[in-house]
Amino acid sequence: MEYTKNDLINFLLLMIISLLIIPITVKSGYWYSSILIPWLCLALASIGQQIVMGYAGQLALGAAGFMAAGAFACYNLILRVPDIPFFVALALSGLIAAAFGILFGLPSLRVRGIYLMVATLASQFFIVWMIDKFGWFKNYDSSGIITAQDIVIMGKSFTSPLEMYLVIVFVVTVLTLLAINMARGSTGRNWMAVRDMDIAAESMGISLLRTKLQAFAISAFYCGVAGALFAFTYLKSLEPVAFDIKLSFKILFMVILGGLGTISGAFIGAAFILLFPVLLNSIGNNVFHGAIDATIISSIEQVVFGVLIIIFMIYEPLGMAKLWDNIRLKFKKK
Amino acid sequence: MTELLFFVEVVVAGLLAGTMYSLVALGFVLIYKASSTFNFAQGAMVFFAVLAFVGFMELGLPFFLAFIVTILLMGLVGFCTERLVLKPLMNQSEDTLLMATIGLGFVLEGLAQAAWGVEVRRLDLGIGDFPIQWIIDTFGLFVSALDLTAGLVAASLILGLSILFKYTKMGLGLRAVADDPGAASSIGIPLNNIMLLVWTAAGVVALVAGMMWGARAGVQFALVDLALKALPVLIIGGFSSIPGAIVGGLIIGATEKVLEVYIGPYFGGAIEGWAPYVLAIFFLLYRPEGLFGEKIIRRV
Repeated sequence: MEYTKNDLINFLLLMIISLLIIPITVKSGYWYSSILIPWLCLALASIGQQIVMGYAGQLALGAAGFMAAGAFACYNLILRVPDIPFFVALALSGLIAAAFGILFGLPSLRVRGIYLMVATLASQFFIVWMIDKFGWFKNYDSSGIITAQDIVIMGKSFTSPLEMYLVIVFVVTVLTLLAINMARGSTGRNWMAVRDMDIAAESMGISLLRTKLQAFAISAFYCGVAGALFAFTYLKSLEPVAFDIKLSFKILFMVILGGLGTISGAFIGAAFILLFPVLLNSIGNNVFHGAIDATIISSIEQVVFGVLIIIFMIYEPLGMAKLWDNIRLKFKKK
Repeated sequence: MTELLFFVEVVVAGLLAGTMYSLVALGFVLIYKASSTFNFAQGAMVFFAVLAFVGFMELGLPFFLAFIVTILLMGLVGFCTERLVLKPLMNQSEDTLLMATIGLGFVLEGLAQAAWGVEVRRLDLGIGDFPIQWIIDTFGLFVSALDLTAGLVAASLILGLSILFKYTKMGLGLRAVADDPGAASSIGIPLNNIMLLVWTAAGVVALVAGMMWGARAGVQFALVDLALKALPVLIIGGFSSIPGAIVGGLIIGATEKVLEVYIGPYFGGAIEGWAPYVLAIFFLLYRPEGLFGEKIIRRV
């Protein structure tokens, strides 16, 4: 598929917004460190989940495990390899996560659906356990919470929220473009063929082994990079607990609600899952003036996510991205 | 000799703890058999049921009344699930249904916490989690009374359910529905009633499982994570087999205890968290349909 003029305009528009308008207009650090940074990190992880689930059709539930692998790999690389450039460390941590992805993707060659989900849960629990139990990964830090190193690129350290945001925008832009290209190209076609009917795909000469493991590896790469960015720019610390199964579920929800099989769905879903609790909290604080307990609010949030998933499964299995497309088409017709 | 005795003790403790996994898995199998739905929400149902039960007890209801009211509540939950979630999703792919039940699980967890709070509750069943003196005297083994009760309760539940399925009209209908829902409803088997029965039965099983877990570890959110371990149990036993759920639970329970006690110390412990899943992967490689499951045949 070729890129149209529209695609180019959209891309330039997005770049102008994210690199010019946002840095100029948004001054408060809160917006960067609590909304934009985690949004972009989680959106990147969602792209990873999207690749394996939305494109290759493999029901995996262990994104947070790969994120943990990436985060701790990055920490150790910067700690142990002198003068390693940040982006090299970031790429290597993605590759390390990808290795785990291949390992835990192996069961996908035999099983699918919920069977695969259980197999991938092993990665979630195993990776987090491994990091927690072997002191080397945490540099024998007994407190359990390690402060992440500063991001230093070409001798300049990127520590303020705006600087970190720019680093993330760069990484996310590059990887998103890459993902869009993969999805449009033969790689993505193979994934979708396997998703839609693996036996037919196989008989057309697509190697299931290659395609599935490739999807797992690339997915884990994205999750690994996202995990490293998440730890270094959002959490600013490294602790295995931050990457528990709840985070995996969150990323799964981002992909399901955002829309399976679309890159934009990853961004929309991540924004929704991240912003909805913020909205709910501010309603609790401003409308009810804190009369509603915080635990009740978080329970309501859970119920709403669950109900939305059910509703989307019933009425629009392709999620919010499709909803958005429908709305756009309606306006275009007029 | 003492080493052997210790080993037996570890295995027995593992087996009995495994019955608790079996109980969770059992509810899962019930629903899978009847409607071919992977009910990911079974773990949430365990949490929901036992939290409701404790909640009713705190309202001052006596034990049995609370038990009955909770069962009615679980029936209602099943009814709503059937009407609002499963009916509209009829004939959808398995993955879609699975995702919907993941959503359902979140709804149930959220509702339970909104209604009854998040703090850890104690549940006293009057059965202590301590060794039985009689068994220590006779065999020299330490076996927890709670574990043993859980084992007995699980055994009687399975017996009851097997009788229900095998010898009652309702059970016959259920097997017909499981075989071919379309054919079953066309000869006049009340599909809705059967589904309601199955979901209520799964609710009862969830309640019992929750009570056993709750008595041991307190009624708290961590139950949901424990219930996740029912998934490897199902893979080992097979999704559609009641005996499979039991045997799978026993295998997982015993293996994870033995591994934890004998191999765990070399790795800093807590390998219980992932050992069942890795075990399940090995089973998947050799026998994807599980020990007792029907062979998976995919038609193109």
